[in-house]
Amino acid sequence: PVPSLHQSHLLRELIRTIRTARTQAEEREMIQKECAAIRSSFREEDNTYRCRNVAKLLYMHMLGYPAHFGQLECLKLIASQKFTDKRIGYLGAMLLLDERQDVHLLMTNCIKNDLNHSTQYVQGLALCTLGCMGSSEMCRDLAGEVEKLLKTSNSYLRKKAALCAVHVIRKVPELMEMFLPATKNLLSEKNHGVLHTSVVLLTEMCERSPDMLLHFRKLVPQLVRILKNLIMSGYSPEHDVSGISDPFLQVRILRLLRILGRSDDDSSEAMNDILAQVATNTETSKNVGNAILYETVLTIMDIKSESGLRVLAINILGRFLLNNDKNIRYVALTSLLKTVQTDHNAVQRHRSTIVDCLKDLDVSIKRRAMELSFALVNGNNIRGMMKELLYFLDSCDPEFKADCASGVFLAAEKYAPSKRWHIDTIMRVLTTAGSYVRDDSVPNLIQLITNSVEMHAYTVQRLYKALLDDISQQPLVQVSSWCIGEYGDLLVSGQCEEEEPIQVTEDEVLDVLEGLLVSNLSTPVTRGYSLTAIMKLSTRFSSVNRIKKVVSIYGSICLQMYSHSLQALFCRNDSTVVLSKSSLFYRFNLHVLYYLVSLLFQANDLLDLLGGNDVVPVIQTTLPTKPASAGGELLDLLGDLSLSSRTSLSLSPFLSLTHSFTFFLSTVITIHATNTTEADMTEFVFQAAVPKTFQLQLLSPSSNMVPALNQGSVTQVIRVLNPQKQQLRMRVKLTYTHKGSPVQDLAEVNNFPPQSWQ
Amino acid sequence: MWTLERNEDTEQQIIRETFHLVSKRDENVCNFLEGGMLIGGSENRLIYRHYATLYFVFCVDSSESELGILDLIQVFVETLDKCFENVCELDLIFHVDKVHNILAEMVMGGMVLETNMNEIIIQVDAQNKMEKSEAGIAGAPARAVSAVKNMNLPEMPRNINIGDISIKVPNLPSFK
Repeated sequence: PVPSLHQSHLLRELIRTIRTARTQAEEREMIQKECAAIRSSFREEDNTYRCRNVAKLLYMHMLGYPAHFGQLECLKLIASQKFTDKRIGYLGAMLLLDERQDVHLLMTNCIKNDLNHSTQYVQGLALCTLGCMGSSEMCRDLAGEVEKLLKTSNSYLRKKAALCAVHVIRKVPELMEMFLPATKNLLSEKNHGVLHTSVVLLTEMCERSPDMLLHFRKLVPQLVRILKNLIMSGYSPEHDVSGISDPFLQVRILRLLRILGRSDDDSSEAMNDILAQVATNTETSKNVGNAILYETVLTIMDIKSESGLRVLAINILGRFLLNNDKNIRYVALTSLLKTVQTDHNAVQRHRSTIVDCLKDLDVSIKRRAMELSFALVNGNNIRGMMKELLYFLDSCDPEFKADCASGVFLAAEKYAPSKRWHIDTIMRVLTTAGSYVRDDSVPNLIQLITNSVEMHAYTVQRLYKALLDDISQQPLVQVSSWCIGEYGDLLVSGQCEEEEPIQVTEDEVLDVLEGLLVSNLSTPVTRGYSLTAIMKLSTRFSSVNRIKKVVSIYGSICLQMYSHSLQALFCRNDSTVVLSKSSLFYRFNLHVLYYLVSLLFQANDLLDLLGGNDVVPVIQTTLPTKPASAGGELLDLLGDLSLSSRTSLSLSPFLSLTHSFTFFLSTVITIHATNTTEADMTEFVFQAAVPKTFQLQLLSPSSNMVPALNQGSVTQVIRVLNPQKQQLRMRVKLTYTHKGSPVQDLAEVNNFPPQSWQ
Repeated sequence: MWTLERNEDTEQQIIRETFHLVSKRDENVCNFLEGGMLIGGSENRLIYRHYATLYFVFCVDSSESELGILDLIQVFVETLDKCFENVCELDLIFHVDKVHNILAEMVMGGMVLETNMNEIIIQVDAQNKMEKSEAGIAGAPARAVSAVKNMNLPEMPRNINIGDISIKVPNLPSFK
């Protein structure tokens, strides 16, 4: 049972009770009960407990429960005469109210009265609240009061008035002028709190108005003096923080000096000495010292400082990089990143330290070190830097790999000392971080390779070898496929000059490319690349029959998927885009489409139609229309391919299924027939029949002789259309001659794997 | 102080995600976190310090010095320590309002107001004294009323007016 809560209970009793809740639901119940009690107390206009009830409400609000019904009560508390009430009331207003509630305007009068209250703490509450959530109307109404308080001699109120003025200016920028007179002697204050907030106010005004900036430039000498006093004054117990006199104020002043000195020679000169002094004399054993030093460096880099000072600043940053404190290394790298463009040479001197930061454990530091490293790469250091960056690429977290790879490509493109080095670098990236390389890198790399004419043989050889090792990284596979398709003739003729040429046959190459087509690891885009490569090789290789077979199996099926891309291309009025050299995608897509269209109409005369790359096909398509794709992913061909390859599944004593894959409604099945008897089976003919709902196409078998004793097999590829997705059944009739006599074998095959028809 | 759109759900979400981000931080990484869209953009950062079981997280924009904020957090924690006398977690849980009061003397409208610990303590103490003195004068009748209301009496007069000091003492047999 939930313990009973009463409106008179103190806040801490409520907290204690809520903490006993063991579940979210229990807590909710308690809160609801308490809210109900509080609501009825509010309704009874009970002054006694309003204060503590609002306090309780604010606590529950902090936990995330709605507390809007307390808004009006806050106002009543603010209007009360008691300080205790006002304190909670104003806190409530700051936590629960904002400009969107009309209720907040009702506060204006109360605040006005309280700004003129006899007790400074009440005035302080009013200033605080106005400066926190005052709307533009409230600020307009009360700006005069704030301005008055900005001129008071009471330092407690003066410092609050300064920050309140900042808020007013942010809300109603036109009112900035009215605060100008009051700023006249703000900096002659002795009280550090007032000085601090005054500098904040001056900073705000300078940042908002170029006129104000001009006007306040004359304060530079005064600011310099104050800073000097802080540094030189020796130990002052009142302002000491870890041995430094008011570091917070020093940092504020340095920031204001930065704004005033920016793009102004005279001001910059006036602060030159003090900046050098701070930079060399500040104690760096504690964080407070480093905070000051850091601010000083930022200021030096931003104003028109003389070169000696700038070098000093960058050297400080360089020292920061060697600091044990991670925070210091972090801020150093952040600043170096900002200055590397303008002070490139100075930052270069710290290159090795920056590169060391690549090995840091902190993710933010590593990222900045990486960005900075890329910014520092130039023609002179490219080899050394690239070594480090490639090493980083190998070992870094996945979140960095894409950016790093892109960075390497960019840097290599700009500064590669030789074409061979360039290709090698690209290879390294593709093989070590190939899966993280951005998709748009692939066409860029292809373009690059195309342009490096003398490296074609070397490139295709290296890429081919990479494929033999690993076909899982898609960008690598895509680039390799493209290269092989383009330069496969160089590969098989062993023309490589840069390294020992490898011996590889046309069949081996086609094996690899076909392997990509059927592999589970290949994405649809990759399959598109490998299919295209195979087709291109028909003009470069002599084993055209094999290519024909592959293309006829996969090609006409792809055509279905291609249809919408086809439509898009053929319907384009702008045929120059299609043929232009720069759009690689379009160019070799045209190849593909050309082949596929010809396939559809003249499957056996593929060879005849190959050749002329400049022919623009003018064919009315009767293909099913699909909405033209956005034009981007023209290679998104085999979108719905889902291949599953299985190693041999035995269908009957001498029939086994080696491959089957399904896309859309078509299944392509590869069957092998083997012969365990001692005599060959000649004139071997495979026939099959399927139920009415299916359609069958038998492609030419590999041969009509099954050798004895498993010495070979006949491969039969079957294409099955299964629109109703029914379980595949087949009646198979084998006729052959065995030991001179004709044999006929009938078999029912029902054990096709589910993947082949589902 | 929230200067983003005031919305309980958003606030709670920010709190939850901040907790999630900060609590999984290793001990040997830096104290700065980019919170991204969560806290209003890449210019804003979460800066935190870890004391025993507590994380103090400040969300700041680019106008604050990151290293300076680390020192500010230290001042805040030391101030809490002085005000609560060896502050511990429970102090902060049970005296949320007092924590607000202390913070209000350090940060105002999202800007740093006062960094001198002694100054802050003086001002917080003075205001607490004011509260205590108010409770002292007017507290007695309130406590008496509270006692009466909590007694299990058959009849409870409904109109006890605290507004003016004079209380109409109820005519109850057991009340002396």
